[in-house]
Amino acid sequence: MAKTDIGPPYYGDMLPPIIKENYGKWKYHEILKPGVLVHVSESGAELYTVRVGSPRLISIYFIRDICEIADKYCDGYLRFTSRNNIEFLLSNKDNIEPLIAEVKAKGLPVGGTGNSITNMVHTQGWVHCHTPATDASGIVKAVMDELFEYFETMKLPAKMRISLACCLNMCGAVHCSDIAILGIHRKAPVINHENLKNFCEIPTVIASCPTAAIRPNPKLKSVEIKEERCMYCGNCYTMCPSIQIIDPENDAISIWVGGKVSNARSTPMFSRLAIPYLPNNPPRWPEVVDAVKKLVELWAANAKQGERMGEWIERIGWEKFFQLAELPFTDKHIDDFTYAVTTFRSTTQFKW
Amino acid sequence: MAESKTPLLDQLETGPWPSFVTEIKRMAPTKPTAQDLLGQLEVSYEEKKGHWKHGGIVGVMGYGGGVIGRYTDLPEQFPNVAEFHTVRLNQPSGWFYTTEALRTVCDIWEKYGSGLTNLHGSTGDIVLLGTKTEYLQTLFDEYSDKGFDLGGSGSDLRTPSCCCGMARCEFACIDAMDICHNLTNEYQDELHRPMWPYKFKIKIAGCPNDCVASIARSDFSIQGTWRDELRIDQEAVREYVNNGFDIQELVIDRCPTGCLEWDGNELKLDAPECVRCMHCINKMPKALRPGLDKGATILIGGKATILQSAFLGWVIVPFMKMEAPYQEVKDLLEKIWEWWDEEGKVRERVGETICRLGMRHFLRAVDLEPIPQMVYRPRANPYFFWWPEEVK
Repeated sequence: MAKTDIGPPYYGDMLPPIIKENYGKWKYHEILKPGVLVHVSESGAELYTVRVGSPRLISIYFIRDICEIADKYCDGYLRFTSRNNIEFLLSNKDNIEPLIAEVKAKGLPVGGTGNSITNMVHTQGWVHCHTPATDASGIVKAVMDELFEYFETMKLPAKMRISLACCLNMCGAVHCSDIAILGIHRKAPVINHENLKNFCEIPTVIASCPTAAIRPNPKLKSVEIKEERCMYCGNCYTMCPSIQIIDPENDAISIWVGGKVSNARSTPMFSRLAIPYLPNNPPRWPEVVDAVKKLVELWAANAKQGERMGEWIERIGWEKFFQLAELPFTDKHIDDFTYAVTTFRSTTQFKW
Repeated sequence: MAESKTPLLDQLETGPWPSFVTEIKRMAPTKPTAQDLLGQLEVSYEEKKGHWKHGGIVGVMGYGGGVIGRYTDLPEQFPNVAEFHTVRLNQPSGWFYTTEALRTVCDIWEKYGSGLTNLHGSTGDIVLLGTKTEYLQTLFDEYSDKGFDLGGSGSDLRTPSCCCGMARCEFACIDAMDICHNLTNEYQDELHRPMWPYKFKIKIAGCPNDCVASIARSDFSIQGTWRDELRIDQEAVREYVNNGFDIQELVIDRCPTGCLEWDGNELKLDAPECVRCMHCINKMPKALRPGLDKGATILIGGKATILQSAFLGWVIVPFMKMEAPYQEVKDLLEKIWEWWDEEGKVRERVGETICRLGMRHFLRAVDLEPIPQMVYRPRANPYFFWWPEEVK
């Protein structure tokens, strides 16, 4: 039997010699051009990075392709970023251009640095998840196709982080993104009473509901749902497959804006609801792509240099944002969950 | 040429961004599982719904987590994905690899899986998509022989992850990769054997830029920072300005506390006002650097919406020195787990337990003194509790 609990491979065995020699001694970095970084050490050593976009769901053939490139130009070293880009690590400057040429010949984009839209963090969607309200990889592909120029250039006012989660479980943790695309359900789930009593633990199901919409139904040895209380989070479905919430007619997409995680300038912020409903239209989700593109370009046209989407909106005010974005403000935009009152305005200071 | 069976997915092979559909198709000729995945996905695109059933319990000997069961609800149509389990492999710190290591991952996965993978999942693991129950033990044994272990899943410590830290970033105030590796190894039991109310995530960021989104995506966020003054190389500042860099607009005006001043020759810092946000350093990395008294701020409770709300992590330790073997942070983690394990309800994240029972209970349980850095501002309501020993 194999050894258990050996832990991850030691990162020290994965680092190119130039990194080992200069670990903790990096002095500064520069972006030489979109997708190309240089890190300079106190010793004077220079490490080059070429950042490349990937579709995230990849085959072993893809990995072997990039390994071949890394062997040829990077002495066999590479890494991945927290946003699923590939980073080729080079100690020889002369290898940058041939590497880029080869990467591009394989159809992979170089970019994602500085004031750009870098790769989208996303979930599994219909590809491999059991609770999705929409697909993930497909929407990401469609959005990145449309916003491609912003990956390859750095012409935006600041970084733009777009993320996608295919349901409210938010495995992609989209809740602090400049623009978040979030799959939603819009109707209370349907209960299969016959199955429920055999497959689900009733107290757990009841406890899973954040609004106490689920109560016991002793007659059927099942539960019932007070529909007016349900806000379609799907958590009961995660706990119990006999409470079916997936509904192709009504499942949809919502768009959120203005989140960030960095402490730079402003403090970290949640994304806020901009568009409560867009239809789920595979394979290319034109309404979603269009809405995201408009929001990116509205921000790009109006923000000051260095201002993230949320910083720009907070400066001009949300009332102005809805006006400029030509988005209707509805009852969906006014929070009615646990900490709703913290978002109600308590001042006569507002804009028209 | 035969007519395509996936006309909808084929449309996602057009356009400049690399296509995941192309990747699935690359595996399809040799892997019937990839072929059936493609077929099932096309059905999802037609019907606008997913076709994966809830996972059953699958795993390897000695582990309670690391594998997520996945079964199609269309087994007759797509028998090759009747079982299509996810395997999480624990990634090396900072996602650095040799090509040799990546080829090892590929070779074993080629033998036993679909050949499809996410590098990486949202939590940070190497996510291998799609294998059968009968292969799980064998593939784990082979990975283990080659130095790879499983990550976490279920109600356990999820695979910790971190930024590239000191390996390739001059901003790193702590050795994020070493901390990540050290904590992961220390807590193998917690990582592999679910025994808590729910999941618990740790992420480590080298500086307040938080490139791994630790504040939003981990229950326990360790962010590098410093507590002395940031370092200024005046000559290098002048060089930026002489090269046409608009220091007033891009740095001085964006400083959140207005603690920087540029008199045309020198950059002056009102150090006690600085909140170490990183903005000026980000803009002028050649001229500005974090201070020398480095450590970490520790925040608790970050999570996405399900169940009670989304939380950003809350400061519980404004500054902690981070030196191997990181005993102070381990002591804190163990106290937190002990309290949460005792008090938490099933599927309640630690932030939710804190909300339900009150931060004062949490702080007392983990031996932390309340200090103003923990809040934006003190309470505005008079409903506060006294401990029994504080009254007669």
